[in-house]
Amino acid sequence: MPEPFVAIRGAAAPLLRPNVDTDTISPGSRPAGRGERATFNEKGSSTLAADLFAGWRYDENGDDVPEFVLNKPEFRDAKILLAGRNFGCGSSRESAVWMLREWGLRCIVAPSFGEIFYGSCFKNGVLPVQLDEDAVAMLAAEAAPGAPRAIFEVDLARAEIRAPSGTILRFELPKIRRDALLGGLDEIDQTLERVAEIAAFEARAGTAWPWLYGKGAR
Amino acid sequence: MADLGDGFALLYVDRHLLNDLAARAFLTLDDRKLGVRRADLTFGTPDHTVATLANASASREDANPYVVNFRQGARKHGIKLFDIGEAEHGIIHVIAAELGLALPGATIACGDSHTCTLGAFGALAWGIGQSELVHVLATQTSVQRKPAAMRVTLVGDVPAYVEPKDIILYLIGRLGVAGAAGYALEFAGPVVERMSMEARFTVCNMAIELGAKFGLIAPDETTFAYLRGRAYAPLGALWEAAERDWRALVSDDGALFDAEWVVDVSAIEPQITWGTSPEHVIGVGGTIPEAEELLAGEAAAPRRRALEYIGLAGGDAIAGTAIDMVFIGSCTNSRISDLRSAAAIARGRHVADGVTAWVVPGSQVVKDEAEREGLDRIFEDAGFKWGSPGCSMCAGAGDQMAEIAAPKTRIVSTTNRNFVGRQGPGTRTHLASPAMAVAAAIAGRICDVRELVERHA
Repeated sequence: MPEPFVAIRGAAAPLLRPNVDTDTISPGSRPAGRGERATFNEKGSSTLAADLFAGWRYDENGDDVPEFVLNKPEFRDAKILLAGRNFGCGSSRESAVWMLREWGLRCIVAPSFGEIFYGSCFKNGVLPVQLDEDAVAMLAAEAAPGAPRAIFEVDLARAEIRAPSGTILRFELPKIRRDALLGGLDEIDQTLERVAEIAAFEARAGTAWPWLYGKGAR
Repeated sequence: MADLGDGFALLYVDRHLLNDLAARAFLTLDDRKLGVRRADLTFGTPDHTVATLANASASREDANPYVVNFRQGARKHGIKLFDIGEAEHGIIHVIAAELGLALPGATIACGDSHTCTLGAFGALAWGIGQSELVHVLATQTSVQRKPAAMRVTLVGDVPAYVEPKDIILYLIGRLGVAGAAGYALEFAGPVVERMSMEARFTVCNMAIELGAKFGLIAPDETTFAYLRGRAYAPLGALWEAAERDWRALVSDDGALFDAEWVVDVSAIEPQITWGTSPEHVIGVGGTIPEAEELLAGEAAAPRRRALEYIGLAGGDAIAGTAIDMVFIGSCTNSRISDLRSAAAIARGRHVADGVTAWVVPGSQVVKDEAEREGLDRIFEDAGFKWGSPGCSMCAGAGDQMAEIAAPKTRIVSTTNRNFVGRQGPGTRTHLASPAMAVAAAIAGRICDVRELVERHA
């Protein structure tokens, strides 16, 4: 059951590379040399946060790459990720969202998202915010390493992000998505309330397109 | 079946297709005390984690927890499985077509982004994540936002040795990996109309690599001829009624799309990727692009990162790059037409010293047919290993993540993604057609299949 999304406050880590794919967010196999058996993360391991961006976070010996943004001390407790366009493209693996969430990120801001990834965010209490490239770059400038205590606020009820400078950026979100996040609503529970409607549709569809629902040739 | 407002709709799912990674979803169902609403519309096959080569014959994978849990869940809920070793086993997107599970006009959901392959039937077929998968199991529906519509019209004459894979790679290079993001993408035009169903599968398969969750091709005589007589396709009067309905599933004349492209394929060369995104692609006669000038911060130079990872230099010719491995298979290029095309190049030639080469058929049906035609002998005589059906080296999950290559292995692969670490940590993947992959295996380096054929003609 997802918990309601309440306003969040925290650091925002800038990772503005375009086209970051879900294989990169959630690598299928662990980097060599970490002394652990490779795990395919869709299964959901207990090391979700440790595996996030593993190919970028760790070097060949399994040590932290200090330059990688999530390894920098000022971003180790970041709650927001500022990302490049088409973030989360590629594979449908939901472990990409699980890992970001498990690591501590609750909001991803990007000019655009991979569509399957975007949908999976809402099912896991992660807010994907779409802003234009310039706005994301502006936020990233305010989050730049070295900026003293650069704290961002994301207010979903008001659909706005407050940058450390006080600048407020508004964002759009479909009402159905916003209500679900704010209320911590479970989509399966919501749909199951329509079970009579579903049954009625099945009856109609069975008559209209019988070849789709019969036993076929077997 | 219901309008949820704001452009969202609750869609009924006519076919729910499962692979072995769905094992976890069954556990979630149990935790939440939910059942499967329509087991009769749900079908599965283990493909991602199954062993396809060294360990393929060892067992029916009773020691593979993904497969074991998947079987248990399917059995408990009465879901039909096409299991390892059975005549219908294979990669889910391959067998769903072979069995006639995918039909024009159907909505098809599957926990794999390459479900768009089945849009080649004129079906609405899309990939879903694990949570959505549980939602579909429990409710047989999916909440979806209506996408914008894009059409790519392919015109011109396809040159010799240019395969469907080359056409889709070329498009991805032109439009970019976000080129169709947010769209349902229809492929149309005379080139598509002349394509076989198998060619259409390859094209639709990589719609997701253009950012499109849905790829579509209007059903036509080719579609109907392919489907007629398939195990799960309708029969008799039901077929007649279905076909009448399917003939209406075409875009209206003069339909307005939100975006339109017309692409001439006449001058396309065989394609090969040089980097770590499917859009990093060039003709085999081309040179690797120079890295951009360094930009500020993290936005800097994706090309530079890609070149560093892949171990190549901008400005060099891609042809002549020495390779270590070739993989022919995956839901993109593992059908009988792919294997025939590969075998035609492999026949009477031999894989270069030091190169490991695999051919993994997409299904048991493909494997059996290839063996009837003697393609397995051609491959094995040429030094290729001949595998059993599964995703194998495509996503680095085959044989429970054991079918991967060592870091820095350079692989020419007929798969769909050359992402960092896709075929094992540090591996360097070059996407290409089956013919180009065989040519690389024979030459021991990336080369133009047309030159190889002409030189030895």
